Amino acid sequence: MTNKFDISDLDLYYGDFKALKNINIQITEKEITAFIGPSGCGKSTLLKSLNRMNDLVEGCRITGNVLLDGEDIYGDMDLNLLRKRVGMVFQKPNPFPMSIYDNVAYGPRTHGIRSKLQLDDIVEKALRDAAIWDEVKDRLKKNALGMSGGQQQRLCIARALAVQPDVLLMDEPTSALDPISTLRIEELAEELKKEYTIVMVTHNMQQATRISDKTAFFLMGEVVEYGDTEKIFSMPKDKRTEDYITGRFG
Amino acid sequence: MKEVFMRVIFLLTACMSILAVALICIFLFAKGVPAIQQVGVIDFLTGMQWKPSNEIFGIFPMIIGSIYVTAGAVIIGVPLGILCAVFLARFCPDSLYRFIKPAVSLLAGIPSIVYGFFGLVVLVPMMQELFGGSGKGILTASILLGIMILPTVIGVSESALRAVPNAYYEGSLALGATHERSVFFVMLPAARQGILAGVVLGVGRAIGETMAVVMIAGNQPVMPNSIFSGVRTLTANIVMEMGYATDLHRGALLGTAVVLFVFILLINLSFSALRKGNAK
Amino acid sequence: MKSKTKTDWKQRFKTYRKHPLSGILFLLVILSAVITLSTLIALVAYIFIKGIPHLKPELFAWEYTTENVSMMPAIINTISITALSLAVALPIGIGSAIYLAEYAKRGNKLVSVVRLTTETLSGIPSIVYGLFGFLLFHEFLGWGYSVLGGALTLAIMILPLIMRTTEEALLSVPDLYREGSFGLGAGHLRTIFRIVLPSAIPGILSGVILAVGRIVGETAALLYPAGTSATVANGLMESGRTLSVHMYALLNEGLYMEQAHATAVVLLLLVLGINALSALIAKKVGVKD
Repeated sequence: MTNKFDISDLDLYYGDFKALKNINIQITEKEITAFIGPSGCGKSTLLKSLNRMNDLVEGCRITGNVLLDGEDIYGDMDLNLLRKRVGMVFQKPNPFPMSIYDNVAYGPRTHGIRSKLQLDDIVEKALRDAAIWDEVKDRLKKNALGMSGGQQQRLCIARALAVQPDVLLMDEPTSALDPISTLRIEELAEELKKEYTIVMVTHNMQQATRISDKTAFFLMGEVVEYGDTEKIFSMPKDKRTEDYITGRFG
Repeated sequence: MKEVFMRVIFLLTACMSILAVALICIFLFAKGVPAIQQVGVIDFLTGMQWKPSNEIFGIFPMIIGSIYVTAGAVIIGVPLGILCAVFLARFCPDSLYRFIKPAVSLLAGIPSIVYGFFGLVVLVPMMQELFGGSGKGILTASILLGIMILPTVIGVSESALRAVPNAYYEGSLALGATHERSVFFVMLPAARQGILAGVVLGVGRAIGETMAVVMIAGNQPVMPNSIFSGVRTLTANIVMEMGYATDLHRGALLGTAVVLFVFILLINLSFSALRKGNAK
Repeated sequence: MKSKTKTDWKQRFKTYRKHPLSGILFLLVILSAVITLSTLIALVAYIFIKGIPHLKPELFAWEYTTENVSMMPAIINTISITALSLAVALPIGIGSAIYLAEYAKRGNKLVSVVRLTTETLSGIPSIVYGLFGFLLFHEFLGWGYSVLGGALTLAIMILPLIMRTTEEALLSVPDLYREGSFGLGAGHLRTIFRIVLPSAIPGILSGVILAVGRIVGETAALLYPAGTSATVANGLMESGRTLSVHMYALLNEGLYMEQAHATAVVLLLLVLGINALSALIAKKVGVKD
C-alpha cells in the first residue's frame, strides 16, 4: 500500500489562533480514512487543507508540508490542478442551480472538454459511478435543485467524480441526510474506494466503524491517535480516545 | 377608543398611495385619452409627423426615439454595470470597497440636471470633435443615460450576486475552476433573475429620464436615420412644449404622457414579476 | 519554515496563462470598475474645476436681478419646498408603514394593493409627476404656479421611498421589544409610539435623507406645478424655483453658462453632503440602502 498524502509537521493558524498543531499522518491510497472528534477539533480544517480550500479563509496561514504523491501541494503545484486531483464533497449538498447534466459536465468543461459526445460519456459514467444514473437518466435536463437531499448529495459526488480525481474529500457528507440516504452514501463510498482514495470527516462514530479502514481522532487541533479503525475502536491506546468513543466526553 | 381611532388613521394613510395612483391615472387619462381619440389612436401612435401648428400629431418618431436611446443606454450601461457589480461583490478588497461603494451611491445621487449639464458641456463637444455634426443625438444620449443607469444596475446586481449562496462558489472552486470561472459560470447564472430585475429597473429609469436627455438628444421630432441623428424622446416632447401648448396640442402632449405611463406600467409589472420569481 | 498564504500576483499570472479566458474576464472586470470610477471622478472634477472660479459672492445675494442671477432665492425655495414635502410625506409615509408593519395581517388584500401602488409610484418618471401636479394643483384646484403645488407633487413622489425605508426599519425592530412592552400591559398604540418607533428612528432618518436628495435633485416634476419664478416665494401660493430648476432655467436661457457652472458646484456639494450624512447614519445603524 502506498501513501497518497504525506502530512508532516503541519501547523495551521487562523490569525493568531492555532487551529492545527503539529499534524503528522499518512493517508493510504484506495482506502477510506475517517477523521473523527468533537466539533471544533480541527478535523474539517485538516480536510480542507488537503485541497487548499482553506486559502479562502482570511488570515489562514499554514506551515509544514503536505505532499500529494510526493509533491508539495503548497509549493509550485497548480492550485486548479490540485483541486481537480483532489475532489471534495461538502457537508450540505451544493448542486449548482442548473440542470443535472450541466452540473456534472461543469467540471470537465472547466478543464477544457468541449465535445458533446465526450461530455455525454463522462456524465453518464460519473452518474453511474455515483449510483444515481437510473434515477436521473430521464431528466438530465431538469434543474438539479428539484432533487431530494440524498440525490443532490450523490449528484455532488458524481460532479466530483466527473473530473477524474485521485482523491475524494468528504466533509460530513451525510450529516444533512436521512438514514436511508446516509446508508446509500456509505455503500457508495465503499464501492468508490476501489478506485479512489477517500478521506471522510464524520461526527458519527458508527459511520467511521462501518466504512473506514483507518481512523484519526482529533482533539483541540491535535491528532491524538491514528491507526486502523478496528484497533482504534477496540483497544484505543490513549485514554482520551477511549473516553471519546465510549461517549464519556464532548 | 383611541386605539381604534389611530388604527383607522393608519389605515387611511396607507390608502393614500392608492389614492395617489388613482388620481394620477384619472387626471392623466381623462385629459390624455380624449385627445388621442380625437387625433385617432392609429394616427397618434404611428403618425410620422409632429407638427403642432398644422394640427398633425404623430408620436411614432418619439416612441422610436425613446426606444433607441433606452436601448443604447442598456447596451452601454448594462454590461458595464454587471461587470462592476461582479467587481464589487467578488473581486474588490475590503479596503477598496469602502471607497468605491460610496462612489457608486454618489453616482446615483447626482441630479439629472447636473448630468445633462455635463453632457452638454463635455460630451456634446467631444462628440462634435470625434464625429462631426451637432454632437447631439442618439449616441450622445445613450452614453449619458448609460452612465445614469449604472448605479441602478450595479446596486441591484450586486445584491443579487451577494444573495447567491457561497456554497456554489466553493463547489466550483473545489472542482478546480478558477475564481473567474466560478464567478462567471456559476455565481452569475445563479443571480441572473435578480440581475435581470436590475436591468428592467434601469430601463425604467432610462425611458423616464427627461432633463438630461432634453439637453443632449437634439430633440428633432423626426425619424432618426443614424446613431448620430438627433431624436426627441417622449419625455422631451412633453417637457419642451407643455409650457405653451393649448387645446389639442396640449391634449396630444398629455396623450404622449399616457403612452409613456403605459410603457412604465409594463416595465414595472415585469419588474415585480421578476422579483416575485426571485423570492421563490 | 515557509508560510503559505493566499494566491499572490505571480501565481495569479501563472493561472491566467493557463486559463486565458479567466485572464480576460479578470481584465474586463477591472476595466469596468476603472471606467465607472473614472467617469465619476471626471464628472465631479470637471464640475468643481470649471465651476469653483465662477462661484462669486454676489451669486449669493438676497435679490435676483437680470444683471446678477443670484441663486440665493432658489436655495431658500429649495429649503421651503423640501420642508413642505417632508411635512406632508413623513406623517403619511410613516403612518402607512406602521399600518403595513404593525397592523396588517399576512395575506391582507389591502396590503398587496398598497404594495402594488407604491411600487408603481416609485417607477413613475418625474415628468409624469410634474404633469400630474400641473393638472391637479395648477389647473384643477386653480392654484397656478405655486410652491405648495410643487411640494405636494414631490410629497407624492417621495412617499414610496419614505414608506419602504420606514417599513424596513420597523420590521427590523426585534419582536422581543414588542412582547416585552405588551407583557407590561402596554397597549398596541403605546408600544408602537414608545418602543417600536423610537428604535426605528435611524432607519427612518436614512429614508428622509434619501428623500431630501431626490427633492434637491428634482427638476422635471417641479417645472410645471411650481413654475420658474426666480425670486423667493413669499407665500405658499407663489411660484418659486428650486436650485435644480434654477440651473435648468439658466441653461435654457443660454446666457448664463458661468452661473450655471457655479450652480452645478453648489448642487454637487449638496448631494455630497447628503450622501455623507446618509453614509454616517447607515454606519450607525448598520442598515443597507
